[in-house]
Parts: sequence; C-alpha cells; structure tokens
Amino acid sequence: MVATPDIPRASSAALLSSKPDKRPPNMGQIIRWLLLFIGGVLMIMPIAYMISTSLKWPHEVYNVNLIPEEPTIENYTYVLEDGRFYMWFVNSIIIATITTISNLLFDSLVGYTLCKFRFPGRTIIFIAILSTLMIPTEMLVIPWYLMSQSFGWLDSYWGIMFPGMMTAFGTFLMKQFFESVPDDFIEAARIDGLNELQIWWTVAMPLVKPALAALAIFVFLGNWTAFLWPLIVTNSVDMYTIPVGLSGFGDEADVAWELIMTGAAISTIPTLIVFLIFQRFIIRGVVMAGLKG
Amino acid sequence: MANLALHNLTKSYGNTEVLHGISLAVDDGEFVVFVGPSGCGKSTTLRMIAGLEETTSGIIEIGGREVNNLEPKERDIAMVFQNYAIYPHMSVKKNIAFGLRSSKMPKPDKEKRILDVAGILDMVDLLERKPSQLSGGQRQRVAIGRAMVRDPAVFLFDEPLSNLDAQLRTQMRLEIKKLHQRVGNTIIFVTHDQVEAMTMADRIVIMKDGHIQQVGTPEEVFHRPANTFVAGFIGAPSMNLLPGQLDAGGITLAGGRIVPHPLQAPASDVLLGVRPDDLHPDEANPILSGKVTVREPLGSETLIYVETPSGEVIAKADGRTPPQVGETVNLGAAMENLHVFDAQTQQALT
Ligand SMILES: Nc1ncnc2c1ncn2[C@@H]1O[C@H](COP(=O)(O)OP(=O)(O)OP(=O)(O)O)[C@@H](O)[C@H]1O
Ligand SMILES: [Mg+2]
Repeated sequence: MVATPDIPRASSAALLSSKPDKRPPNMGQIIRWLLLFIGGVLMIMPIAYMISTSLKWPHEVYNVNLIPEEPTIENYTYVLEDGRFYMWFVNSIIIATITTISNLLFDSLVGYTLCKFRFPGRTIIFIAILSTLMIPTEMLVIPWYLMSQSFGWLDSYWGIMFPGMMTAFGTFLMKQFFESVPDDFIEAARIDGLNELQIWWTVAMPLVKPALAALAIFVFLGNWTAFLWPLIVTNSVDMYTIPVGLSGFGDEADVAWELIMTGAAISTIPTLIVFLIFQRFIIRGVVMAGLKG
Repeated sequence: MANLALHNLTKSYGNTEVLHGISLAVDDGEFVVFVGPSGCGKSTTLRMIAGLEETTSGIIEIGGREVNNLEPKERDIAMVFQNYAIYPHMSVKKNIAFGLRSSKMPKPDKEKRILDVAGILDMVDLLERKPSQLSGGQRQRVAIGRAMVRDPAVFLFDEPLSNLDAQLRTQMRLEIKKLHQRVGNTIIFVTHDQVEAMTMADRIVIMKDGHIQQVGTPEEVFHRPANTFVAGFIGAPSMNLLPGQLDAGGITLAGGRIVPHPLQAPASDVLLGVRPDDLHPDEANPILSGKVTVREPLGSETLIYVETPSGEVIAKADGRTPPQVGETVNLGAAMENLHVFDAQTQQALT
C-alpha cells in the first residue's frame, strides 16, 4: 500500500532534480541503464515478433526478420471471419469477467474479515489460505478434474471457472490493504448504525479501490491467459477459451503460427482495455485524506 | 438528551485488568471531561460507553436504561474520534448525512437538519467539498457535524483536538464549548491536556491506572485536590510537595523550619503542598528559603527555581523586580493556600 503510491512521487522528484545536474553519468549509472535497456528489449521482443508474425504470409513465418517482406492483413481477416475465434473470444470474456468480479467480492470479503475481526482460529485460517499459494497449479489439476467429473462440471463455464473464483493471493493482498483502513472509520460507521456488511461495502471497499484495481488487473489477465486448466476441463471446441483454441489453430500436421500470433495479437486488446480502465484507480492518497493531515 | 451512569465498570484484556471499578453519575446536559496520563484507561472507558468495547463487569446506563447489551447504534450516542474518521471518498455533505443513514426521518427533514448543522458549524459553503480539500480544523468540524446531526443523548469525544496545532486547538475548544451551550447535549470529552479539561468542563474526572482519582468542578480539583496525584497533575507548573512532620505545633520541614498549621490530626509524616502561583518572595512570614538557581521570565511574572533544604521548589516572583540568580530568597504563602497530604496514603488531609 505504502510503496505503490510513493513511486510516482519519487520518480518525478528524481526527474526534477536531474535537470540542473550536469555531471557526466558515472559507471554505476551506465550499468543501470544498460541493464534496463536489455530488460526492455527482452520484454518488447516477443510482442514485436507476435505482431510481425501476424503480418507475414505462411511461407515467411520461419524467417527471423522483424519487418515482414510482404506485409499482409490477410491473417486478421481470416481469424476474424473464422466463427471459432469469435466464440472463444466470447468464452474468454465471460470467464475472465465473472472470475474477476467474484475475486473482487470474495477475496475482499475474506480479507476484510481476517483483517478487522478477532475470532478464534483466525490465524490458522489465514495460514491455511496462504499455504495454498505454495501448491502449483500442475498439482491441483488432477483433483480439480476428478472433482469436476463427479459433479458433472466438465466442459462447462463453471468447470473452467470454479478453481479461480477466489484466490489465496487476492485474499492476502486485500487483507494487507485493509490494514491501511483505520479502525476509527469502521467504528464510526458502526456508531452511525451501519451493519457489518454495509460497513464493508460503503466504507472499507471505497478506501481500497487501488488494491481492487490491481487485483482486477491480475485476475483478469490470469484468467484471460490461463491455458492448462481450461485445456484439461474442456472437450468441445465450443467451450475453448482463446489460449486453448489458438493452440490448436492450423491443421493436424502443421501449426499455423501466423494465425496463432494474429489471434494472440487480437486477444491482447481486452487486456489493454482492462488495464487502462483500472490503472486510473491506482492513485495515491485516497485513504489518508480523511485522517489527520 | 439524557443522563449517564457508570456503576462499578471494569475491563480486562485477557488476565490484565485495566479498569478497576469506575463509578460515575453524569447529569443531563453536563459537560464532563476525562483527563489523565497516557494509558490510564480514558479511551477504554469511552469506548465502553459507546459500545465499541465489551464491559467485563459493571453496568452502563444512558437515560436510565441499561445499555450493556445494546449495539452502539442503539445507545443513542455519537462519537468524534481523534483522527476525525471522516470518509475521504464522500463530500462533506455526504459525510454529515451519513450520521442520519439509519434514521427514519423523511428526506426533506434530513436535508434541513444537515443544513442546520452546517449552519451552526459555519460550513454551509464547504458542503460540496471533499475532505482532502479541507483544513484540519474544518475536517474536525465535519466530524463534529456528523455526530451532531443525529442529536444524540450523549456526545463522546476522544481527544478530538490533539491533532490540531495550538492556535486552532484553542479556537476549537471555544467552539465546542459554545456548541455545548447551544445544543445542551450531555458530553463526555476525553483529553490528556489539563488545560483543555479545566477550560471546558463542568466537571472533571481525573483518572490514573484505571482508577478514578477525583471527580469535581475545575475549581474543586484545582483548589482542593484529593491526593498528591491530582495536585501534581492539575495546574502548571506542578504543585510543590515538601516532606515534613505534622504535630500540634504545625508542620516541621526539612532543615527544621516549622510552618504553623491549624490542622487537627494525629502526628504523622505529611507532604506540604503549595502551588508555585501561591508561593512568593516574602520577608515577613517565610516558610522556605534558599538560593535562586534559574529564572524564567513570563512577562508579567517570573518563575524562580529555588534550592531549599526540602529540595528544589518553584515560586512566582514579580515580573519587574525578580530576585537575581544566586540571590537567597525567603518564600511565603498564605495559610489557606497550603495543602497537606498524608505521606503514606498520599490522600489530602486538608
Ligand atoms: N486491545 C487491547 N489489548 C490489551 N490492552 C489494551 C488494549 N487496549 C488498551 N489496552 C490497555 O488498556 C490501558 C488503557 O488504555 P486506553 O487506551 O484506555 O488509555 P488512554 O487513557 O486512552 O491513553 P491515551 O491518553 O494514550 O489515549 C492501557 O494500559 C493499554 O495498554
Ligand atoms: Mg486514548
């Protein structure tokens, strides 16, 4: 909570103070820039190749040049006209949206409860929730599958979504953020006659909007790009999500990389939108304004 | 509006008892200030009255009704917190309206009530602002406004002024007092600032270590402190306490000087208390004498620190012709301004 909002302030201060600074950069700075530059290139390259490949003809795909020799938007027309991609896109939107809303509600409810109420077993519950963070998805898919099978959830939205409707990480994140909501607010609301659910919703939740925004971005991205579990739990092409569908693009013998990359490029658009919507809320100083200066 | 009564209230956290039987009766419309050093249990008492903290034993009555098992909202109280606790995401108006959320008042009446309160607190122009656009004093006024709209039987204030700077504090002190005279609700006000307590209270409750030390009007606790703690806590600088022996002839201080005193009590070890305000250079009937070690000019008066056989004492001298540092002075006080405490029990004998 404290660290996030401080970043813009610190960096803007650094920018300001660097103006009159005429000293030549020292070795440490050069190394730092170099590392940052390499990091930046490493991150940009896959995206650049994704877009580049999506603009190539199939015969050029294994050619490593970044600029296609004969750029084409043929792949985009193909993918967008293919009914399957549209279906997977809708599936992914539905699944990612519902899981995100569910996480925002339930992670924060549990986080709030663990943070603001004292009850027997509280620490144990918290530790139990945290410890699930240490089990990798790969280990969980088998029990999830058996569970889905016996409940008849295979090949359904619910089957894809249920493991992620709440996350330990989100609960932990929200609990930590609720620590920054002063108890005075909650007690004041209690005296004003709100019940506990109303206090959570009208007082505490608005004060942790930055955390909710961050969580929304995480959860949406996580579910949007989830591959292993949706692959396992779905059978019919109708139920595929984008990552699962794209991986099977092309025919049996030949993977159509240019189409996969096109689909991937299109599917980054919703994540960009989600990011743009929610990052506005990640602003500093919301909580402190109601307290002493 | 209503009276408030505490009967033998105790509070334990785990095995540690932090309040040891608080009993108090507060009249309807009275302004009572709880004062005491940090950790003495003021906030705990207040929070128990509010219903934010469970009572371990004892009874709380508001308006003649036992409220121990009632939720805070059912107790007909309102509380103002040290940190104001006004919601940063709501405008001033919404914040004030928040106090009326659970009230069944019709909407136009609510509007009117909010405007009334804003008027009393001189905040009509600020209603649309967000807390971040307000000064500290204005924020505190919003917090008071939120408490006021509900017209509760009892107002509870927990150190509401301690985050304000000195000047604003003085101003808000006056405003709260005026407000009380205007609305007339019962007020319980917690502070650790004895000046706040003295200036605002109808009655002061002085607490220490979970016990009430004395309850009385500002005059009573100042002029007739019940024990050495109250004597030292109320008034600045603190009362001088000089060890001595009481017998028929008076009180014999260290160094052998006898201070005549009419007190009729069995011979015993006592502490003679005299406030710096009452102790002046006096050649005629000195009770103490010694060398001046430090002078603190206050303008119209000068505080002098004097090294006497009974230890260092503080006295007040004239502002124009105070004694010099190093000079030997004789100090005297009027008989009626002398306090005598039992050295054993620390309780007042006068
Ligand atoms: N939740 C708690 N658990 C254990 N002890 C507590 C708890 N809350 C308060 N106490 C103890 O109770 C005692 C009284 O605390 P309280 O907050 O009422 O003091 P106070 O008079 O308001 O002090 P201050 O002037 O510093 O606000 C203190 O000794 C404190 O350590
Ligand atoms: Mg306190």
